[in-house]
Amino acid sequence: MKVLVAVKRVIDYNVKIRVKADYSDVDLTNVKMAMNPFCEIAVEEAVRLKEKGVATEVVAVTVGPKAAQEQLRTALALGADRAIHIETDERAESLAVAKLLAKVVEEEQPGLVVLGKQAIDTDNNQTGQMLAALTGLPQGTFASEVAVDGDKVNVTREIDGGLQTIALTLPAIVTTDLRLNEPRYAKLPDIMKAKKKPLDVKTPADFGVEVASKVSLLKVESPAERKGGVKVASVDELIDKLKNEAKVL
Amino acid sequence: MSILVLADLNEGQLAGATAYVIAAAQQIGGDIDVLVAGEGVQAAAEAAAKLDGVSKVRVADNAVYAHQLAEPMGALLVELADGYTHVLASASTTGKNVLPRLAALKDVSQLSDVLAVDSADTFKRPIYAGNAIATVKSDDVLKVITVRTTGFDAVGDGGSATIEAVDTVVDNVQSSFVKQELAESDRPELGGAKVVISGGRGMGNGDNFKLLDGIADKLGAAIGASRAAVDAGFVPNDMQVGQTGKIVAPNLYIAVGISGAIQHLAGMKDSKVIVAINKDDEAPIFQVADYGLVGDLFELLPEIESKI
Repeated sequence: MKVLVAVKRVIDYNVKIRVKADYSDVDLTNVKMAMNPFCEIAVEEAVRLKEKGVATEVVAVTVGPKAAQEQLRTALALGADRAIHIETDERAESLAVAKLLAKVVEEEQPGLVVLGKQAIDTDNNQTGQMLAALTGLPQGTFASEVAVDGDKVNVTREIDGGLQTIALTLPAIVTTDLRLNEPRYAKLPDIMKAKKKPLDVKTPADFGVEVASKVSLLKVESPAERKGGVKVASVDELIDKLKNEAKVL
Repeated sequence: MSILVLADLNEGQLAGATAYVIAAAQQIGGDIDVLVAGEGVQAAAEAAAKLDGVSKVRVADNAVYAHQLAEPMGALLVELADGYTHVLASASTTGKNVLPRLAALKDVSQLSDVLAVDSADTFKRPIYAGNAIATVKSDDVLKVITVRTTGFDAVGDGGSATIEAVDTVVDNVQSSFVKQELAESDRPELGGAKVVISGGRGMGNGDNFKLLDGIADKLGAAIGASRAAVDAGFVPNDMQVGQTGKIVAPNLYIAVGISGAIQHLAGMKDSKVIVAINKDDEAPIFQVADYGLVGDLFELLPEIESKI
């Protein structure tokens, strides 16, 4: 079966962001960008399915600016067979991305779609679920284990109370959680080969999807600063301060 | 304004998070109904009817809603959403799993993890692991919102709402429950605990987490963990505090052997008082800690336990 993997270009997870002086947004000038960590896990899972002989083809897709092609080339280097770039410079929110991906699903007819559970910039955790609803497919979110079994897939999910395993009919949508797998690093020969793998560029208009959202961003601020703390020299001092200064004991 | 709150359930019982979501609904204003959906949830419905500010509790009690699988829950919410201006749920794994389906089917956006209500259409939410707070305004006719409970104070339970059965039963041939492994504990629930003590990679192994037990007992604390500790297999995933784990804001948070990565801070930096214990005095955790104690946790923990 074909596996579709959606990936997103985001800030590198080590980056300490700063808010712009005019509070209009986060300042991304010269910030190091990378593939969203959860999307890396999604690509890894798709590639492993191909290595196991469960997936016949892995197609990577992203919605974003021209620079997002870097992330598609990374996906191709990691084992994806071809890529689709839906190019837009507009801010594409989860609903718009889900609508675009739904069109791709319609065209590509994958047996499984794998996405990261959330992007570390917006922290929405919505796209996979919305895509499932729009395509009328079942979803296995926050997956820590994915086991394809004939025409079903068993997904073990990390939930608040522990772990839950559900069975979904295929085709299905899966979103990855941290412990699903440990992604590999792309090897240099594969990075070179990836440059020749097919990468199609489309636009939202090609799919008849409006990217603009009814949600507007009014302001972005830094959270309230914590006052600096002190180092205490002993357990006695710690307990004394917690009792008498902080009054939490 | 007319708000439907999806109740949080925990093994058929009403979970504490619901009272916080109702507080958020009160700040939006208008009538508040609560939807209790599951199987064998009469007790949960009665508990929900007691929460302050609730007009009506709507109960969908049917085997198809057992375990609150996303597909039937999404279909149920789509049936019931007409007539409401807002649908709220907590940002629990259930809320996060289910609500986006409703939003997409209604062709509206969703606002995730709202931690402040500015008005009926304007909200604040964390982005970039909580290192920035975005103020967003929604012009959607239906506002679908998951609520970060740490941003609100739970409502009391002096109410008496009416309870009404919901007859809607949907089909589900696409998903089925296989099994679950839930943590059993007498300790307070991590999300709502007033005191939390967490262990990180510095604990060394899962057995050593026992060193936190005595302190947790004395303080009535919940026990949490960093991602590193969970990844290393020291403790199960439900204990993870962080950007993609549990978000906590207790009165007292004690971080033991935790370095303080951005992603962990995202889950606990709104705690009222933060204590850090680490043998590396340059560990980033000390930048957010109100009180930092540099030293060997294997010596300090027993000392702390005996002296509190």
